[in-house]
This record gives sequence, structure tokens and C-alpha cells, in this order.
Amino acid sequence: MFGAGGGTSSYEEMETTDFIVLWGSNARNAHPIFFHHVLQGIHNGARLYAVDPRRSESAQWADVWLGIDVGTDIPLAHAVGREIIRSGLHNREFIERATTGFEEYRMAVEPWTLEAAEEVTGVPAEAIGQLAHEYAKAPRAQLCWTLGITEHHNATDNVLALINLALLTGHVGRYGSGLVPIRGQNNVQGGGDMGALPNKFPGFQDVENPTIRRKFEAAWGSRLPSENGWHLSQMFEAMDKGEMRSLYVIGENPAQSEADSAHAVDVLKRLDFMVVQDIFMTKTAQLADVVLPAAAGWAETEGTVTSSERRVQRVRKALDPPGEARDDSRILLDLARAMGHEWGNPSAEEVWDEVRSLSPMHAGMSYRRLEELGGIQWPCPDEDHPGELFLHSRLWDDPIGGPPAPFSAVVHSPPLDELDEEFPIRLTTGRRLDSFNSGVQSIGYSSPLRSEETLDLAPEDGADLGVEEGERVRIVSRRGVVEAPVRFDRGLRPGLAFMTPHFPDDVDTNVLTSDAWDPKSGTAEFKATAIRVERIRVPSQDADR
Amino acid sequence: MDVKFMTAEATAAERVAIYSVLGPAASGWEGGNHTRADERVARIGRLARERRDELLPALHAVQDAIGWISPGALNYICKRLNVPPAEAYGVATFYALLSVQERPPIVAHVCDDTACRAAGVMSMIDQLVAITGPAGRPNGDSMWLTSPCLGQCEKGSAVFVQTAGGQNRVIAPAAAATVVSALSGETGFAAPALGAPQQGNPDLRLLRRVGVADPADIDSYRRHGGYEALRLAMELGPAAVLREVSDASLRGRGGAAFPAGIKWQGAAAHPSRPKYVVCNADESETGTFKDRVILEGDPFVVIESMTIAGYAIGAEKGYLYIRGEYPVAEALLAGALEQARARDLLGEDILGTGVSFDIEIRRGAGAYICGEETALFNSIEGYRGEPRSKPPFPTDVGLFGKPTVINNVETLANVPLILLGGGLQFAASGTDGSNGTKLFCLSGAVTNPGVYEVPFGTTMEELLDMAGGVSGELRAILMGGAAGRFLPLDRLDVPLTFEHLSEAGGTLGSGAIMVFNKSADMGAAVRRVAAFFRDESCGQCVPCRVGTVRQEEALARMEAGSDEREVLDDLAMVLRDSSICGLGQLAAEAVQSAFEVGVLDT
Repeated sequence: MFGAGGGTSSYEEMETTDFIVLWGSNARNAHPIFFHHVLQGIHNGARLYAVDPRRSESAQWADVWLGIDVGTDIPLAHAVGREIIRSGLHNREFIERATTGFEEYRMAVEPWTLEAAEEVTGVPAEAIGQLAHEYAKAPRAQLCWTLGITEHHNATDNVLALINLALLTGHVGRYGSGLVPIRGQNNVQGGGDMGALPNKFPGFQDVENPTIRRKFEAAWGSRLPSENGWHLSQMFEAMDKGEMRSLYVIGENPAQSEADSAHAVDVLKRLDFMVVQDIFMTKTAQLADVVLPAAAGWAETEGTVTSSERRVQRVRKALDPPGEARDDSRILLDLARAMGHEWGNPSAEEVWDEVRSLSPMHAGMSYRRLEELGGIQWPCPDEDHPGELFLHSRLWDDPIGGPPAPFSAVVHSPPLDELDEEFPIRLTTGRRLDSFNSGVQSIGYSSPLRSEETLDLAPEDGADLGVEEGERVRIVSRRGVVEAPVRFDRGLRPGLAFMTPHFPDDVDTNVLTSDAWDPKSGTAEFKATAIRVERIRVPSQDADR
Repeated sequence: MDVKFMTAEATAAERVAIYSVLGPAASGWEGGNHTRADERVARIGRLARERRDELLPALHAVQDAIGWISPGALNYICKRLNVPPAEAYGVATFYALLSVQERPPIVAHVCDDTACRAAGVMSMIDQLVAITGPAGRPNGDSMWLTSPCLGQCEKGSAVFVQTAGGQNRVIAPAAAATVVSALSGETGFAAPALGAPQQGNPDLRLLRRVGVADPADIDSYRRHGGYEALRLAMELGPAAVLREVSDASLRGRGGAAFPAGIKWQGAAAHPSRPKYVVCNADESETGTFKDRVILEGDPFVVIESMTIAGYAIGAEKGYLYIRGEYPVAEALLAGALEQARARDLLGEDILGTGVSFDIEIRRGAGAYICGEETALFNSIEGYRGEPRSKPPFPTDVGLFGKPTVINNVETLANVPLILLGGGLQFAASGTDGSNGTKLFCLSGAVTNPGVYEVPFGTTMEELLDMAGGVSGELRAILMGGAAGRFLPLDRLDVPLTFEHLSEAGGTLGSGAIMVFNKSADMGAAVRRVAAFFRDESCGQCVPCRVGTVRQEEALARMEAGSDEREVLDDLAMVLRDSSICGLGQLAAEAVQSAFEVGVLDT
């Protein structure tokens, strides 16, 4: 954010802050390690607010839970912003010195009175007001979010709406105050850091910046594309249209993890050629022309990972990979060799030192220092630099260092998969504690907590439909149909249903979901699907028994 | 941990009982009716969690009203306080006076502990078994259970009766016929006597008002010198009060003998706020009933002393934790608190000085370990009464994690004497290492059992003479309760002080002195001590949880003729060296000293 793709804060700050907002995040289940730090913060006296359609496991820890309607985050955020301004609780000096675009923002939020927001979000006006006042008045506050914010067709705007609140109050760039997009895997952050993005080189350096590009071209002795590439959703569109005919998939399972998965599988099947490099024989791998078995990223390889708090940490090899599985980097080196490029046989440390030579934010992170310091948080420009506990302290320098942070006058756009008489129930998706995404990484392990996939419904909806807990029902969306047993969850209100994508072989939830995606980030709208629920067992059959 | 509630529902009567402590539910999320408003907002979190310390009072309310705590009642309390039912179940099952199994409405707990055994209670219990059948078997609307020491030791027998929807009461002494009539619902029993044979003696200091002033009347207390010390304290100022208490070298009377002045100074100096004063009135040490005599005979002195402590260390809140088996004392204290508040001697702006201090009574529920100070904190906070590791000590991290002074009842009762007489003068009384006077609890085979106040340095012989001598031929003296030691019988000339007793191989402990004559079954008495520790071990640490069971088993095998001395010695070493708290560390003391002194020789 503000030019750097990572959360601004450290885990440590979650433990010492005064106020935590979890917005669209069930971190208790989806980010349990991060949530340990939240719990420590609560224990130390922090207040916790949860903004979530469901009263989730995380929301149950909250001092106040705001039960928002799916996809109405911008109205809620804008109402919070408007209330802060109206009450004179915004940090005028910070806004003046360190930001741009405040006037446009003020005008954008002006229509969103607490009452107007209540109308759209369903959250009582006074609860929105309470959030506004407490967030603004807290000495230090952390605003955290995850996929509840980003798995929408307007993901980027949602994020910007939250960033506005931090700019408004000055809750960024100071110890204990920050913006925290929590990462779902141990190295999602590291993937982005290393340039696994269509528009960035390692270290979040722009592909379209000629100076940057020339630096990489000189180092790699090769000409590099001068334009940004495609993100995942664009790739699928290109594949769908036949503009892209081949695909190389490393460590992803799009056949099951993409929204509208039936369509995704169809697209993948129509490719001329697909290579999958993975540690598991995933559904995607089963569709591939060539499967390259890879070593597991932890325990079987040397290297580094980067956590949500931007901490680069060493991983070490403890085991040889089984069978013909090989380290990802060895596979790539051989592939280069087969294509006529001799890259030698560099060690993990030698590859890392090349990263350090090209990415200024990693320059000071030698293997020796990573070892000594137990990991280092970027940016770390030289070997005397300790790394940064939190980002953007520059916004508090006088005068500020670097460019000011912009407000974004974003506008509300409701979910594209609209509710109507035919599809009256809003299905949202998420994770459970002991399973992960499409289950590739978690389904091989038994868990005492795990039960089969269910359609979670409010007890009132169950009564209206005349279904009992455990009864199998048919779930229909505009794109597909699946069957699953019903489970009643008091944390859901009437009209709101919940499923996970964990067991695609049994209940392929993503057959239902919408592949509408955010043009700015490429994320699909997994969180807002319109469904109806149908009984399978008809009453006359009951009578026959 | 996450909170996963059960589906069991509380009955209307259970809800009414819980409302009496927690008030009505604020939302559907907390057990009320689920409304449309609940679909959009929940305000629980800290609001509910900060009420965790109301868990035990809520469990008490259900137990008192219904006679047991059903899954529905437990679940409802958990919804109200946002506590996982599994955890609340762990709390409820920790205490002997709470039951999560259905029980008849009348339950009589009959003491079969060491002191009453020394006085011959087992023949009464044999009769009771013959009349009503064995302990623990429901019989219509009632049942009886054996109980550890009920603190009525000078009467030689005692029963604590829980009546669902009625009053809990103590009957002592109790014959088998008395227990039977109590089980049939009879309630017209005389209140037990105080048990202070010296009462009215003008030389008494700690007991000077016992039996003289009306314990239910604050004016009577004030006519007999009450609240002079608080007035003086407020004239002197906190620093001077701390100095007087330190100068007095007042050592704790609860058993550990730690200097009270050091506790007070430590908590006063700590920068954290708020601070707390806790009175440990969980008098559960076998054979100990001195605190009951103070609480029942002079309850205001405890309140005045706690107020002085609060003033001295800068605390505004005190807790008085009293064992559940002392209903008479609890009722007197509750009335005393009300009177003190009405007279501006407690609460906001005491005597117009701007000083605020108030006291809340918390009732234990039958757990010896809760007399351990950190276990007591956990019990007040609504957790299982398991001791914490020390350090940190209570003066730094005590109740609710805040600096806390915790003193025993008798320790606190010394405070007015120190202030009014001067700390240095107090220090000059008694012996070098033991200042002031001491209450001793004589029970078993003595002519006039009861609580005796004597200056430190009085010998055991002199004390026994004061109590009219041993009845029958002296066989053994167990000092300090179950956690104490048998005194070598050739050392009856030993001055009763902390230092002399420890040199003589005994211990002063809580001041319990249980006297056995030749008719006592000493093997059974020692096995009862071992059974006591097995039963009362909180189970938190392995050496104590397992060691106390093994000790009891070895003693049983020894009874059958096996030589178990080596096993018992090994167990004693492990218990002493590796238990977390004093319970485990001292669980083999009585058994070991029984061997050393020859108590078990036939």
C-alpha cells in the first residue's frame, strides 16, 4: 500500500495496540497463528471490533460485532469516515501534511449518513457510530482485513475504502497503528515480494518503468517485456477466448479453486498444452499434458519465506524429496538448460544474493543476518539496517518523506450476482479451522474437528424451508447445482448461507460461485453468490415410509 | 478458546436463581430471546469476560436454589458470561459443595476428619450407617456424605447441611439422631457454640471482644474500642501505618508465617493500579477453627483491619473469601458490611476523608486448596482453584493480576492492636522471632477443647493445662493440621513459637493442636490424613496428583502388614521437592513425622 505491497504492521504490534478491527476476516479459523497475536492483544486490553456478515468464531471474541450485509463494505466504511469527520475526530494535521485528495473523499462520503448506511448495510446506525468514534479516539489502532474484503468484484475499492479510514485518523505509520491485510499462507507475501505478479519485478519494482527494466535486463543479459502481463482472471479470459493456448501452473489448483469451477475446467481442457508443477496430483495436474513432481517448500528445500509481517525467514532442508520429486529451482534450471540457457547450478543462497543485488528492500538481508536475527522485516536496504517493524513512518516525518498518501473517493457497487425471487439467499464462502482452500494441502490429514461439507443456514431459514439439520438439500445458483447436508448455525441470520471450498470432490462449492472479478486486482467474487435451496426429499416420500 | 455452547436449556427456576446474581440477559447471544437486533450486533467480548469472576457466585446460586447444577443451568450461565461450558464444568466439579449430578434436596456433610476422630466421631458415623445406610446413597429427599474438617473441631462432631431452596446450616456437636432428623428436613437446631473457653478474660487481646461485644451490632463493636484504629490510621497517614506494621514484625498466622509488613510495603510500592486487599477466611486446615471464632465473635475487626490495609497500600477494593462451610460467619459479615457502609466506615469517602474502600464477600465451595493464596485468587476470578507458580508473588501479580495484599483473618485481627499500641511495643511482646499473642485450636482428647489465646513462648504443657489437661493417657499430638507434624512427646516443654517448634521437629502451622489419647486408632488417623490430601489435591501437578494417591495406597498396604517405609520416604521426597504449592510439599509431613515420633508403633 502506498507503493509497497504488504501490511504495514508487525505481529508484535497486535499485542500492544489499543484497538483492533477485523473487517471481513475470520482470522480465528483462517489465520490461527495471526489470531494468537490478536488474542494476546485482547488479553493485554485491546478492544476488538468484528465486521462480518456472520457472527464468526472471530466475531465471538469481539467486544462489538457488526453484522454487515455481504458486499456493502464501502457504505459502512464511508459512513464511519463521514461520522469521524462530522464529529471533528479526523486528524487534520496529518491529513494536511501527509495526504492528498481529502476534499474529494469528503464529498464521496457525504451521502453516507449513519442512517443511509444502516439502510444499505443492515448495521444499526448507532453501532456504526460507535465504531467510528472508538476507532478515531483510540490512541493506537490496527485495521485488519482478509478475503471478506478482497473476494469481491470491487476488491481494490474495498481496500481503498479501509485505507481512507487510516489516513483520516492517522492510524498508519506509527508503532501500534496500521493497516494489515492478513496473508493466507506462510509465503503469499514472499510470492509477491519475488515478483510473482504481472506488473512487478522482485521488490515491487514496476515492470513498465524503463530504468528499472534496464537494471534487470543488464543483470539477466536478456530483453524483458516492457508491458505488464496478465493476472489470473485475465489469463482465464484469454484462455477462454483462445488467445492463450498454453499454461504452466506451479503450485496452484485452479481446476478447483477458481470461481465457477465447471467453467474453469472447461477452459483448461481446451488448452493446447498445460504443464503442472506440484507436490500433489491435483485435479488440475490430472488435466495436464506434463506433470513435474516438485519438492515440498518446507522440509525438502532450502530458501526463504516471507510472512504477513514482511519478515523474511530461512527455511532449511531436512529431508530428501520422495521419488522423482525435485526442488522447484532445479526444475527451472533444467528447463532453462533445455531451452538453451546455461544458468549453472547456483545454491539457494547464491540465488538469494542475486535477489539482494536487484531488490533494494532485500539488500541488507544476508543469510548470515537472517540466521542471527531470526528473520528480518523488509525494507532492509543495507547490512547495518535492522529492518522495519512497521511501514510508512515517513508519513510522520516533517516534511514527509516521499510522496503523500492519497485518499480514494471510491463508490459503492453492490455484488453482481443479485438476489431476486428465484435466487433469494446470499451464499458467502470461507474457511474452517482445520482445512485449507480446495483441500489439496489439508485433506490428507485427519482432524477431530473436521466434518463433511455442509450448507450452513440460519435456523429460521431451515424452518421456512421445512428442512431438518443433516438433511441433504440441493443448492442452486445461476451457474450450477450442488447437493449438501444442512447444518444450522446461529451465527447466520435469515437469508445468509455459508459454505467452504474444502471438499470439492464431494461438494464442489465453486460450481456455484460467480467468476465476476475485480478489474484492478483480478480477484473473483467468491463472497457473494445468489442461491436458492431446494428440498430433495419431497413430503409424499415421507408419507410412504 | 472458542465458546461452543450446549443445547441444554435452563429451567425457569434455574434462570431465576441465576438472575439473582447476574441480572437478566442483555441479548439473545447471552441466553435471552433471539431478536432481530441480535442478527446485526453483538456486544459481548470484554463486557462478558470481565464478569468471569461471577461464575462461582452464579454456580452457588443454582446449587443453593435447586440442589444441583444441571447441564441447562451450566449452559445458561456460560452463555451469560461467555465461558465455554467445558471450562465451567471444570470449575463446578472442582468444588465439593457443588454437584453437576442430580442430588436430593437435602445433603448432609458429616465430618470424619482427624480432629473429630481424635474426639471419637467414628462411633457416631457407625451408628449413622446402621440407621440410614452408607454415605453417598440417596434416600428419598436426602443423602449424607463424609466430609473433611468442618472447622467445628472443639465440639468433636459436626455436620454441614445443604438444603435446596433453604438455608445451609451447621449442626455441632451432632449425634447420629441429630443427623437423621436433619436429613428428614428438621431445621430447628441451636446455633453452634463459639468455642472460646477464655471469653470474658480481661487479659485477652485478639479475643477481647469475643463473647463480650455483640457481633451483630457495630455500636457494640465501637463501644469496645472498634474503629479507633482506623481513625488513628487516617491521622497517621499511609506511610506511618506501613511503618507501624513493619515495625511490629507481625508474622502471618495462616501457616506460612510470612511477615505481613513486607507484603504491605511491597504492594504499596508497586506502580500498578488498581490494588486489592484480600482476607483469607478459607480456614480449611484440619483441626483449625480460630478464624471462625474471630469471624463469629468479632466480625467487625476483620472489616476494620482490611480497611486499614486498603488505606495503607492504596487499594479501593477488598475481597473476603470465606469457606462455604461457615454460614454463620458469612451472615454476620454480610450484616457487618452493611452497617459499616451505613456509618460511612466503608465505601465511598470514608469518614469524609476522601478515601474509598469497599469489601465484597466471596464464598468458597468446599476446596481445601483454595486456602493457598494464589488458588484463592483463581477461585475468586472464576477459575479452578489451582495454585499459580510463584514468583510472581501476590504483592506484584495477585488478584486479577494486580498487586495484592492477602492476609489471614487472625493476622488482620492483630492490626488494630499494633496501631493502637505501637508497632515497636508489639514487637517487644512474645519472643524474638514470634511477636504478640497466638490463637491455638485445641481439639480431641483434652478436657476443655477450644481456641486459646496465649503469648508466644507459652509451653505446650502450660497450654494443655489451661485446657484442663489431656483426657485419658496421651498418645500423640498433631500440630498444624493435616499439613503439620506430630510433636515428639518428650518435648512438651517446648515454648510455642515459630522458631522453637521448628527446632523441636514440630510446626506451629495454623495453630491447630490435635490431641490423641491411647484409645485412638493412630493408623487410621494417619491414613485419614493421607486420604485428605489425595482428595484435596487439585490435580494440577503430577507429583501431588499421583504422589498423594500412592502415599495413601502404601499406608493401606502397610496396614495389611507390608513394609512400605522406603516407598513412603521416596514419595515424601518427591512431593516435597517437586510439588507446585504447599499442599503437595507438605502432604507427607504428618505421615513422615508419625514414623519419626513413633506414632505408628504399636
